[in-house]
Amino acid sequence: MTEVSMTVNGSAVSAKIEDRTLLVDFLRDHLKLTGTHVGCDTSQCGACLVHVNGQAMKSCTMLALSAGGTRVTTIEGVAGDDLHPMQKAFNDNHGLQCGFCTPGMVMSGIDMVTRYKAEGKTLDEAAIRHELEGNICRCTGYHNIVKSIQEAAGKM
Amino acid sequence: MYETTYHKAGNVAEAASLLAAAEDGQLLAGGQTLIPTMKARLAAPSDLVDISGASDMRGITVNVSAVTIGAMMTHAEVAANADLFAICPALSNLAARIGDPAVRNRGTLGGSLANNDPAADYPAAMLSLDATVVTNTREIAADAFFTGLFETALAEGEIITGVSFTAPGKAAYQKFPNPASRYAMCGVFVSVGPSGPRVAVTGAGADGVFRATEIETALQAKLDPHAIDKVSLDAKAMLSDLHGDGAYRANLVKVMTKRAVAALD
Repeated sequence: MTEVSMTVNGSAVSAKIEDRTLLVDFLRDHLKLTGTHVGCDTSQCGACLVHVNGQAMKSCTMLALSAGGTRVTTIEGVAGDDLHPMQKAFNDNHGLQCGFCTPGMVMSGIDMVTRYKAEGKTLDEAAIRHELEGNICRCTGYHNIVKSIQEAAGKM
Repeated sequence: MYETTYHKAGNVAEAASLLAAAEDGQLLAGGQTLIPTMKARLAAPSDLVDISGASDMRGITVNVSAVTIGAMMTHAEVAANADLFAICPALSNLAARIGDPAVRNRGTLGGSLANNDPAADYPAAMLSLDATVVTNTREIAADAFFTGLFETALAEGEIITGVSFTAPGKAAYQKFPNPASRYAMCGVFVSVGPSGPRVAVTGAGADGVFRATEIETALQAKLDPHAIDKVSLDAKAMLSDLHGDGAYRANLVKVMTKRAVAALD
């Protein structure tokens, strides 16, 4: 057991955990932040995607101890008083069917829009589809997911 | 995942001593292969030594045509480095197409080389670029580094700290990703330096990454995609699995080489 401390959604948290604890299990089981999902558990589907120090990472493929001292943002941390523009766009464009992959899709969408803006690049439909390579929607609802991200990109 | 004891190393020397003190220790870089392997209980190291934050294993320097890249640079960092892109865009483009964006933010050059997955992209680049793999104890030429499927020349406890190479005049990488896993079913890195073309192939060889010397000879005679039309590769030397048999991969090697030669930049 080892003490781990990090900032999650703006709050300082610390806990004594088993060294083998994955970041996603720390978020879900210790902090009860169950918005981050475990889909495939084999690093492919992206349902567990969170931001660590502002970068998209798969929390099922990372030890919580490796995230010690970092700033972690989960789906619970993106909205203010109103929904985040990415969440609103998913709502408005029916960007989800069963909703299981949605937390990862939203976090991935925010990451790609932020990154493309910072680099001054255009996030067109082809770029969105390429950037979504690490997020799988088992309902295959990609069309509206892409539309949602495209709409949010214009509002972020 | 079986129980393990986690250690964080701030630099190479610390990593080496932590590793030496462990009963059955293993280095943890970005963990994009090791963590899934441990979750599947295919690996059970007693200790993990996390080197992802090791300060002396980071950075990219470009001095005229001499390039060095720290082992703990992530694929995203390599892809985004402007100095590297200016002198060897083929390597930047390769890094930008490994895995997916989240994997590229964690996975590292050193981790990829040490693992030597037969479908990994970086080994083909290092072999084609005639790179030197630098460790905490010595320097190893890429030609001597990759020794088989998931096998390298690294000794017990030896740590890759970075790579160095001379940027070639021209280079290009082309891969044919498996439609589902996106791993390379065949990836070909072609570079043309002062000593002529060097062609390295990943994803296709039965013994892992290899140099296609017959193709190099043909390209030495004429640097043109059609120069390799008559080259025939041994299908028995290729990987054969449910995704494609040896003959299919042998053909893919030629097709990807032609595309790479046409794209030399």
